[in-house]
Amino acid sequence: MRAADPFVPSLFRVERVSRETADTITLALSPTQGTPPAFLPGQFFMLYAFGIGEIPVSVSGLSGEGPLLHTIRAVGPVSQALCQLEAGDVLGARGPYGSPWPLAQAAGSDLLLIAGGLGLAPIRSALLPALAERERYGRIALLCGARSPEGLPFGPEIGRWRSQPDLQVEVTVDHASPAWRGSVGVVPSRIPYARFAPERATAFVCGPEVMMRFTALALLGAGVAAERIFLSLERNMKCAFAVCGRCQMGPTFVCRDGPVFPYSRIARLLSLREI
Amino acid sequence: MPDPKSALAKHPFFAGIDPAIVETLAECAHGVSFPAGQFLAREGEPASGFFLLESGTVALELHRPGRMPIVLETLREGEVVGTSWVIAPYRWSCDVRAVEPIEGIAIDARCLRGKSESDPQLGYELLKRFLPLFVQRLEAVRLQLLDVYGESPA
Repeated sequence: MRAADPFVPSLFRVERVSRETADTITLALSPTQGTPPAFLPGQFFMLYAFGIGEIPVSVSGLSGEGPLLHTIRAVGPVSQALCQLEAGDVLGARGPYGSPWPLAQAAGSDLLLIAGGLGLAPIRSALLPALAERERYGRIALLCGARSPEGLPFGPEIGRWRSQPDLQVEVTVDHASPAWRGSVGVVPSRIPYARFAPERATAFVCGPEVMMRFTALALLGAGVAAERIFLSLERNMKCAFAVCGRCQMGPTFVCRDGPVFPYSRIARLLSLREI
Repeated sequence: MPDPKSALAKHPFFAGIDPAIVETLAECAHGVSFPAGQFLAREGEPASGFFLLESGTVALELHRPGRMPIVLETLREGEVVGTSWVIAPYRWSCDVRAVEPIEGIAIDARCLRGKSESDPQLGYELLKRFLPLFVQRLEAVRLQLLDVYGESPA
């Protein structure tokens, strides 16, 4: 749904708010007029907290199945304002923008979905359609990392995914007390636990950029080809359609050319501290 | 309890290793098992060897007086527990606790160091396998220290 001026957002109403962790919520949004816009997994919207500002937020749900789902962590003024919204409140949104996860390209291959922290939200938008068309893929493995057990979003849903026989779920945290019965260790070190054939695997990775850089290197080391590793980047996106240049990374604009990139295209750029 | 020689030959850590070296390693190895909750090693104790995990999970922990220990990492089947035996003064640098019942192979360090001194090929083979382990774990600790899931300015 696009207004005539691309910077003018459309109005959306908060249908419900689901708490994921102490500082993270999922908003279910419906347009005040018409039906929710169609989008592709991995794309993002610009969400506007009136009078405060806009931030890019990936979709975390499925297209065409009810309200738009956006999972937001309260870390800055805009995200804090969005996290304080309640059912019935209205906000602005424009989109969808950006490149999606290449699910069609991944058909027939083993699918490795790797998420760090809130990166599980956009990864979820790829996992749900993959599970809905499970026969299109080989093995599917979901590897989730978080700072601590308390920082893991979608906890109950992860529990349900674990019980699916055709989905391998591995969860690991960076820090834990002995009361935590799960895995402790950084995401790249857990890749050997995932069951996949490297020569026919496609990996989708989303999380903090440092985590993604090391994860991509670990995937390369495991034998996954660079052109089959896809990262979803988050840079300082403002306009969302490659006009303002705030998210420019070398010759690419993350908002327009990304946020999902093949690692083979951006590996060199990621290693440059100047950009 | 696993047979040391066949377990060594099948363990991922020694994948592709010369069978003659497996024979040598087996002379320093024996099968072990630990119930959940038992410590395989304690910080500061002599690092008399290392373990190859066949099943179960261990936690590498640092204890703190009056507070809950910190779990640094968990390791499970297919992984190696213990690198302190390689570097003098050969002391464990953390506690190793069985989170689940453990089956595995213990390799005696004094035996292995002795054989490595007289057989440089064995020593070099071990170095080639342990050095990447050191690097991987150093990188993992760096990532943990970065606390990458902390607040961002977004």
